Amino acid sequence: MTAAPSAVPAPGAAAAAGSDDVLLRLENVHTYYGHIHALQGVSLEVRRGEIVTLIGANGAGKTTTLKTISGLLHPREGTVTFEGRDISRTAAHQLVRAGIGHSPEGRRIFSRLTVLENLKMGAFTRPQNDIEGDLDHVFELFPRLKERTSQRGGSLSGGEQQMLAIGRAMMGRPRVLLLDEPSLGLSPILVQQIFAIIQEINSTGTTILLVEQNALQALIVANRGYVLQTGEVALSGLSADLRENEMVRKAYLGE
Amino acid sequence: MTVDFRRVIRPVAIGTIALLTEYALLGTQQFANALTLGAIYALIALGYTMVYGIVELINFAHGDIFMVGSFLAMWIMTTVLGLSGPVTNLLNLVGLLSIVMFATMVGMGFIGMFIERFAYRPLRHAPRLAPLITAIGVSFILQNIISSLFGPSPVNVPQIVPLDKFAFMGGKIGYLNVFMVVLAVVLMIALQLFVGRTRLGRAMRSTAQDREAAELMGVDINQTIAITFFIAAALAGAGGVIQGLYFGSIKFDLGFFVGLKAFTAAVLGGIGNTTGAAIGGFIIAFVEVYATVLGYTQWSEVAVFTVLILVLVFRPSGLLGQQLGERA
Repeated sequence: MTAAPSAVPAPGAAAAAGSDDVLLRLENVHTYYGHIHALQGVSLEVRRGEIVTLIGANGAGKTTTLKTISGLLHPREGTVTFEGRDISRTAAHQLVRAGIGHSPEGRRIFSRLTVLENLKMGAFTRPQNDIEGDLDHVFELFPRLKERTSQRGGSLSGGEQQMLAIGRAMMGRPRVLLLDEPSLGLSPILVQQIFAIIQEINSTGTTILLVEQNALQALIVANRGYVLQTGEVALSGLSADLRENEMVRKAYLGE
Repeated sequence: MTVDFRRVIRPVAIGTIALLTEYALLGTQQFANALTLGAIYALIALGYTMVYGIVELINFAHGDIFMVGSFLAMWIMTTVLGLSGPVTNLLNLVGLLSIVMFATMVGMGFIGMFIERFAYRPLRHAPRLAPLITAIGVSFILQNIISSLFGPSPVNVPQIVPLDKFAFMGGKIGYLNVFMVVLAVVLMIALQLFVGRTRLGRAMRSTAQDREAAELMGVDINQTIAITFFIAAALAGAGGVIQGLYFGSIKFDLGFFVGLKAFTAAVLGGIGNTTGAAIGGFIIAFVEVYATVLGYTQWSEVAVFTVLILVLVFRPSGLLGQQLGERA
């Protein structure tokens, strides 16, 4: 079933593809929720500078994969390596310092904190007198947030909350940014905007692992993709190839 | 910056109205008493509300932490500092009070952290009822430790502050009252600034709202919860110091009723809201003192808990409580 092997160098931002360029690697990862065997041997890799997308149906294990990377869940079997270091057992709060940023499913912004406080929380692990530049950078990406700095997070619209969630994750200066369903519940115009911003963030050097239900858009912006099915990688390859793949077209692109 | 109605104007308005009403009804003398009592309730209520805010646990041992604080302060004054009566030199008095206050607060802070570490943390993922019952168990443990160390009868606390009073607006107010109320207010302002303005304070509020998201920001949840218990117990310790100095005697079971009243104050103010807890403390003390003033001393506790029931029935979120459904 496995299509184009993922050893082919990806186009675009990922310049070289030597194996030492692998930023993040999952090897045969099994993750459980209690007795539920959610990830059943997932292996994937993300190279420096890439945008990689995980697509798949509800319950396929996309969110679980991201949570296993960011340390909210730990694999029962298999390893997660980041920059050559085994992080399978490392606590989530330590991985932020290590360079993993995670914008979780459902945005999870702090609704009773102001927009500015939310962004400062994103830079929690960094010296607080050194974040002005990062704030400016986030406000450049999301001018709407700048107008709302003293407003409570909970009073923002859905699109603004999504911008805040991404901006907040950027404040930690991650080397890899995990984005879980950034386009969920947004109007078509906002979806376009969010995807453009994802590409912009990537072009300034941040590697991105993107989980999306909007598979078509995801396969347009990403270099490579993995298709998850019931906790396993069913298919992987270059985005362009996946877009042409018969099964992907039928199951995820609605053709 | 626009002024946020919920965060600034409403608390200030409710606080001012409450204080003016209290003053009008009680007169200077009793007003001073109510304020002092209110300071104690408020300091304890803050701990209830902070702990509830961050781990959603009604820490029923919190009243007993306050009680242990009053004994620790008494022990520091008598055994460590060898004090037995009023200290007349103002400079000495301020110095000694600072030492007692600081040592009690830090000591209680560590005791609070210790209790969290060994009684509550292992149950963090257990059903809600388990830590609640554990809290009641901790309450009994603390009471029994103190009663076996210091005996079951009331223990005198050295009155190191001279009981001098000064005339003020038709009444006589003790310097002690002024000192204690000022101290409590300073502690509450310091707490507000810490929670509202600092990096760790933001971490506490974030953890209270969404623990997993806070973790993704790099917040060490265990450490943040431990700090919260430290602060809560330290404030209860400050309340314990005031209790001993003001009433002159303490008893191993004193934490039960005072704790319940402070809990009522926290619910009245809106559990989880620190400003609300402070205001609630002063209102509860007022209800209690006013019942006494009207001649219904035996009924003062009935009045306090009637307030609790009324709040739970008509405004369960309290005066300043968060309304649900903020998420868009």
